[in-house]
Amino acid sequence: MSKEEYRIVKGQVMVPYELALGRTWSEFYDYLKEEKIMGKKCGKCSRVLVPPRSFCPRCFEDMDEWVEVSQEGVVETWVYVNMPFFAQEIKIPFISAQIRLDGSDTGFIHQVAGIDLSDFDSVRETVKLGGRVKAVWSKEKKGNILDIAYFEPVK
Amino acid sequence: MGKAVAIIGTGQTKHGRRSDVCYPDLVKEAVSAALMDAGITLKDIDGVVLGTMPSMMEGVSSTHFYFAEAMGAVGKPVMKVETCGSTGQSIGHCGFFWVASGMADIVLVVGSEKMSEGDGQATMTTVFDPFFQRTFAAGAPGVFTMQSMEWMYRFKIPEEKGREAAAMISVSNHDNAMDNPYAHIRTRVTMDDVKNARVITYPVRLLDVCPASDGACAVVFASERTAKKICKKPAWIKGLGFRGEEFFYGESDKAIWMSATEAAKEAYQQAGIRNPMKQLDVAELYNPFTYQEMIFYECFGFCPRGEAPDYVLKGAFKKGGQLPCCPSGGTLCTNPIGATGLIRLAEAALQVTGKAGARQVEGAKLALSHAMGGVDQFNAVTILGSKL
Repeated sequence: MSKEEYRIVKGQVMVPYELALGRTWSEFYDYLKEEKIMGKKCGKCSRVLVPPRSFCPRCFEDMDEWVEVSQEGVVETWVYVNMPFFAQEIKIPFISAQIRLDGSDTGFIHQVAGIDLSDFDSVRETVKLGGRVKAVWSKEKKGNILDIAYFEPVK
Repeated sequence: MGKAVAIIGTGQTKHGRRSDVCYPDLVKEAVSAALMDAGITLKDIDGVVLGTMPSMMEGVSSTHFYFAEAMGAVGKPVMKVETCGSTGQSIGHCGFFWVASGMADIVLVVGSEKMSEGDGQATMTTVFDPFFQRTFAAGAPGVFTMQSMEWMYRFKIPEEKGREAAAMISVSNHDNAMDNPYAHIRTRVTMDDVKNARVITYPVRLLDVCPASDGACAVVFASERTAKKICKKPAWIKGLGFRGEEFFYGESDKAIWMSATEAAKEAYQQAGIRNPMKQLDVAELYNPFTYQEMIFYECFGFCPRGEAPDYVLKGAFKKGGQLPCCPSGGTLCTNPIGATGLIRLAEAALQVTGKAGARQVEGAKLALSHAMGGVDQFNAVTILGSKL
């Protein structure tokens, strides 16, 4: 038997999960239903974090103050994804972007859409590093991150 | 830094698609090679450290159980350490800690991955948080491209210049891999090949990206007394640094990259390195993406921020350049992830002991090895020297 003839066995592991969001993240998604993007502000360093956290990752202090941030922001970086990946939720091509929402101190990861994504050259003319984008809401709110459908470039 | 520790043997498998062996046998291949190189047997080993990617990679949980026999770990203390891409360096650090503490005399460190058996990008995507960012994750290419775009924008690097330098890095790594009998991808490529390759995540193209490899590496760590007694040319550990940053992508600055910068700084301090470009003879960086390699040059103080493309275009990091980087062909040509950081360490050891064959940087005495892991979250550096 040659090396090429050694056998391969197909396998799969499927495991269901039930993941607890906890208080802070449950409340964040409740606010999204009201079409509000809320961050948490650290009483010590004054940074506003979106996604919010129950404690400041740098100061290790509990964060109790909710602050509404803007639904508009600046594209800090982005990537045009045109490769299919296993279990990808969004159809390709799509754009992942890091967006600094006005009034927050962290980059927020979401997608930029609402434009023709089929032709990369035209995408480059529309989506710019440092360009401004604005949230577009899903009509039906499911309590997940796609309650914000996407961010679209501000004309 | 604890007691002095040396590397007295290394072993690698031939990397690539290894459907000719089952996973434990792949590990055994590297372990046997390392023992032979060190001139010792299993009974000389006091403890074993293993590292791999998360269990989703090959669908077997806690592989230190699965590999117990292949690692010769029966009847010995065993540790498993995982830090994603930086695993290979983390397990090297653990080998060092174990011997430097005086609790063990000889420790075997093993890293492995068999990526052809699973779905690397699906596994990587599970490293993202499940509630906010995973939806938009596009495996490793997505995040590393975002980082590269941020870096080029921050330092106003023109797109064409970045493209030219990244293509040059791809060409030189592929050239270097031709000298490495263990490398996965051994094909020469031209600048045009790289620039016209299929787009993965713009501006990153197929030849800017590492392959998914099967492979294993094993390294033997020993105390000063034992190293001097049984090894003609040990590679001494001169310094090591590890830093992590916040989990959520977007929360820390990836164009400056604190974890890479500080990990190198700590290792330099221990090794007495003030001018890395002058003092280091060779560097084995963890470079799965060409653009990202340039960010490492800057974080490690090889050149000023924003100037890496200029240095690359001048040939500073090529074979025969001021500081040859990745003479092995690097991660760009071989990436069995759990083994990759340890391969960097093994290659650095081969360099400072003059055992690197066709890829030897002549007279290398001081070498940097490195790995990066997670969603740009962890960085680890180890400096090796030919003298204690």
